[in-house]
Amino acid sequence: MAVTTDSLDSAAPASRSPTWTRIKDALRRHPTAIIGAVVLVLLILMAALAPFLWTVDPQAISPARRLRHPSETYWFGTDMLGRDVYSRVVYGARVSLTVGIFVALFATLIGLFLGLVTGYLRWLDGIIMRIMDGLMSIPGVLLAIALMALTKASLENVIIAITVTEVPRVVRLIRSLVLTLREQPYVEAAIAAGTRTPKILIRHILPNTVAPLLVQATYICASAMLTEAILSFLGAGTPPNIPSWGNIMAEGRSLFQIATYLIFFPGIFLSLAVLSVNMLGDGLRDALDPRLARNM
Amino acid sequence: MDGRDKPDHDNPDTKRESGNAGMLSYFIRRVLATIPVIGMVAFFVFSLLYLTPGDPAAVIAGDIATNEDIERIRNKLGLDQPFLTRFGTWAWGVLQGDLGISIFTNLPVTQLIGQRIEPTLSLALCTLIVSVLVAVPLGVIGAWKVGKFVDRLVMLFSVLGFSIPVFVFAYILIYVFAIQLDWLPVQGYVPFREGFWLWLRQLILPSIALGTIYIALIARITRATMLDVLAQDYVRTAHAKGLAPNAVLMQHALKNAAVPIVTIIGIGIALLISGVVVTESVFAIPGIGRLTVDAILRRDYPVIQGVILLFSVLYVVVNLLVDLSYRLFDPRIQY
Repeated sequence: MAVTTDSLDSAAPASRSPTWTRIKDALRRHPTAIIGAVVLVLLILMAALAPFLWTVDPQAISPARRLRHPSETYWFGTDMLGRDVYSRVVYGARVSLTVGIFVALFATLIGLFLGLVTGYLRWLDGIIMRIMDGLMSIPGVLLAIALMALTKASLENVIIAITVTEVPRVVRLIRSLVLTLREQPYVEAAIAAGTRTPKILIRHILPNTVAPLLVQATYICASAMLTEAILSFLGAGTPPNIPSWGNIMAEGRSLFQIATYLIFFPGIFLSLAVLSVNMLGDGLRDALDPRLARNM
Repeated sequence: MDGRDKPDHDNPDTKRESGNAGMLSYFIRRVLATIPVIGMVAFFVFSLLYLTPGDPAAVIAGDIATNEDIERIRNKLGLDQPFLTRFGTWAWGVLQGDLGISIFTNLPVTQLIGQRIEPTLSLALCTLIVSVLVAVPLGVIGAWKVGKFVDRLVMLFSVLGFSIPVFVFAYILIYVFAIQLDWLPVQGYVPFREGFWLWLRQLILPSIALGTIYIALIARITRATMLDVLAQDYVRTAHAKGLAPNAVLMQHALKNAAVPIVTIIGIGIALLISGVVVTESVFAIPGIGRLTVDAILRRDYPVIQGVILLFSVLYVVVNLLVDLSYRLFDPRIQY
């Protein structure tokens, strides 16, 4: 990060513009990140414009045209209730992206707060980190399905359950950053100058966590979309009346040998979505974290 | 303890002694440190049920339960007692190897797990072996040919491995190798005692499907670590003194990259455990993963608690063993 200046007041704002220059530079150097970004934007557009993309009602049942294979009329075929798989897949993007974006947002915000607090207020550190260690010892998908087993299947609960599994990693990251940053001369200088703790956290520590946090957020987004699909696929995710990619595949499971397209079309879109976010994340990491970027 | 006060480099004997004592105390400290973590996990797993709003007994019983069903479950879980008493009773039982009774089958949870352990262990072991055998060479080649075509291929594979969901890849494998080519069975499991080949045949596709993300992870870390090591002075020296590139790579570099690689293999066990649940469902393998999914769909809470506790303890213990094994891979490490 660019915060090396001696002036305490210019320390925080100085980090902003080099960050953006670095992002732009890295995007130029990493064509895969651009591809990822473009695909992601296309998927977001697809989700937003779902009603205008030649879709029909994704829930419209039509027993007369069950299990039609992909054709000119039914681009991705129809499922066992005669619903149009193309429309369901297009609308399914809404669920995946919503879950991915909101989990990334909530997990980073909660993780940031807890990480700042535990990294700076040492007396809280022991308690919160033991809780995080415990949470991290439960494999993520298992914790999420256990939480889902207890609540009503709904989009909100899926987002909450996955957020719980992602928060500890963010706390760890932020805490370790804070532990290094608080030893920096400019923070010590600020303490010596009598700056109060909240102000130090916000003015001097917070700006330095933005870059790693942004990278982490993209990975969380990718991981959350995968977890949502796994939950729905196992029958513990979004309720069946919401067409999510995981749900479409779950319904196609028993019919796989006669209707492979029920798994493959949503599977391709899910993989594409996760891949694009991961590629964008790799590019951002290269741009914002040169130390890590060298090798990964 | 007097020897400790002197600087170590003065006396080699003292150094070795304090090294061993340090190691023993490190081992003990490390083992003791897992106890609060496992205790925390047990507490989470137990209290999960009570975090939910409303009556846990009614939640478990589901929407179509009668009042008697709810009452029966309430008695079985001892819900009329205070929370900490219940936790104490449960934890004491767990310490004695009693994970409770399944609400759905009325069998002890330990018995249910015992019946299902072989398929899961088989799948996990096969996957672990396949993954390490594939991933480490991939990572080494990537680092060796850094920036070249092969390296880009390894990195591409790694990103794909992280992005394609395990069940989607599993269905692609089934479609190609079981349905189209008819080389391997579509689903199912054959116990080991019925023959090694029959057993292995069933496990090939699940192991590859489950291993992909694990391979991606290990290959990535191996490559990154090897790149670090290859930039070290002693590697340059080894090259300079005319050692064959293979010897440099295997004897000097890989050996020194072992600790981070072994660490990520341990941490990656979490991916493996999460993946087992999905893979067993796709391939209809009657293991603990299936047990978990069935228990969740039936809201059989004692089983869910038991299985999650088992997996989490396994994860913690594996990573403890990884920590303790560092000295084997790198004798320089002093605890």
